Amino acid sequence: MPFYVSPEQAMKDKADYARKGIARGRSGVVIQYDEGILFVAPNPSRALHKISEIYDRIAFAAVGRYNEFENLRVAGVRYADTRGYQYDRADVTARGLANWYAQILGTIFTESNKPFEVEIVVAEVGETPDADQIYRITFDGSVADEHGFVAMGGQADQVATVLKERYADGMELGRALGLALAALAGQSNGEPGEASASQLEVAVLGRARGHRTFRRIGGARLDELLAAAAPGSGRGSGRKAAAQPPGDSAGTDSAGTDSGGTDSGAGSGDTDGGGAG
Amino acid sequence: MGFDYFGERFTAACMGTGTSSFADFLTVWAPELLPGGGQLAAHGLTAQRLAAQGLAAQGLAAQGLAAGGAAAHGLPHGTTIVAADFDGGVIMAGDRRSTAGSMIAQRDIEKVFRSDGFSCVGIAGVAGIGLELVRLFQLELEHYEKLEGRTLSLEGKANRLSAFVRGNLGGAMQGLVVVPLFAGFDAETGQGRIFSYDVTGGRYEEHKFHAIGSGSVFARGSLKKLYRDGMPVEDAVTVCMQALYDAADDDSATGGPDMTRRIFPVVATVTADGYRRLTDEEAGEYAQAVVAERMDSPAGPLAPVRQTSQQNE
Repeated sequence: MPFYVSPEQAMKDKADYARKGIARGRSGVVIQYDEGILFVAPNPSRALHKISEIYDRIAFAAVGRYNEFENLRVAGVRYADTRGYQYDRADVTARGLANWYAQILGTIFTESNKPFEVEIVVAEVGETPDADQIYRITFDGSVADEHGFVAMGGQADQVATVLKERYADGMELGRALGLALAALAGQSNGEPGEASASQLEVAVLGRARGHRTFRRIGGARLDELLAAAAPGSGRGSGRKAAAQPPGDSAGTDSAGTDSGGTDSGAGSGDTDGGGAG
Repeated sequence: MGFDYFGERFTAACMGTGTSSFADFLTVWAPELLPGGGQLAAHGLTAQRLAAQGLAAQGLAAQGLAAGGAAAHGLPHGTTIVAADFDGGVIMAGDRRSTAGSMIAQRDIEKVFRSDGFSCVGIAGVAGIGLELVRLFQLELEHYEKLEGRTLSLEGKANRLSAFVRGNLGGAMQGLVVVPLFAGFDAETGQGRIFSYDVTGGRYEEHKFHAIGSGSVFARGSLKKLYRDGMPVEDAVTVCMQALYDAADDDSATGGPDMTRRIFPVVATVTADGYRRLTDEEAGEYAQAVVAERMDSPAGPLAPVRQTSQQNE
């Protein structure tokens, strides 16, 4: 029973602990597409979200321990709303938020016995694809500035390998979703059958939308996209299927315009439906 | 001002448990950011003091607001807001003038706002505080929606606004009166609903139509004669334009359609499809039609002297 544990060993133990916790869950994927940024996470729950709106152009995705990343999400919304209220809405940036999260996670990692078992992504959709920002923040507070795509949690390496192979700039939404599903299905613990709408949490930050750009995709719209993306998402033939997404861009546009009119923002998939009924 | 976002206290406040109310969060963390410098947080106004001071300001709010108190005399005041329900939703419109005493402070001020996807809010009274109040209210609804994953009920929104108005009671006592008019689409009943307020935060549901602000007396008289149950949205827009015209006709603090500068009332509708503000061109067309009509009959549409077959309240 050693009374002295070297700092190196202590840090390593904590990091191993956090990594194990994060790897136990399912992966999540964030991908840039032509009209915005897509977030996909296997999630059977419709109430406990892994993907959420933070601010007008900023969203949050996380994997790991729910209560811990939920805590971070709430904090992020408070941070963003306070900052936007004190200054201006334009002054809330993903960069600022990512740094803030990094400070929090870094402090928790070094100062508390138990590090947070989470990995989060903060993404901001810009006016152009070049202006999109995606930051990955890990349990120890390190920040990575990502381009194109991010895989996190679970078998993140395997997922990232698929993404790296097939990712291309300027993909349409249907194709990007197909790629995300193909990548997620590539996990050793992922079954091909999991690409059903009820098992997925999908959301986008839509570049063209005004005010609040975050939008969940569910119900009929998701079924439609999945149908377009499905043939071959499970096996290696994803590339072929993805090359011909029938009527995808048109569908995306109309969805974007519709919601732009009502401008109802987050959770609007449900709200809109209720209002119309 | 400005505080340290990376400071421990702020971080702790964000990470801590709390309510889903942004105003509550600010009240604890940064009360100086609240409208009127944190009167929402000020507990100085006890019930006894209120009783002692009397609720003189209530009368002030109910009547013309442009006069205001001595302290408020030099400040810009928003003037007339009208609202009415129609087939499938609710409409709100506001003139574009703000006045400071007898001077026109601004010709193109906007006093009707989207508060969230399915509601809108208009303000009358001291513009500075009113605009802050609206900003906080908008954020309050958005904040709740983001944290809870669902929107507040329409009643819940109306009650929240009530608390904010009450928070300005101290200011109102000194003449800095501001009262909102709130309207929204109630998904549960499938109808538009209108709520008015007094400075104590008293909340009153209005039926069919309502108006607030200095020109409200004239606007309400106009609405009373023009409003029809279940009218289509086009009629509702015209009725509101007529009411605002009548308010501007008789109240010096309310601005009429500015034909030379092409500044027209802000008109917003809320239906099952959500909030929609008419474009300036659309609002301009309605306003111009009303003005053209008034060239021939300056008093506007004439109501029949006796009740005909057409029903109205």
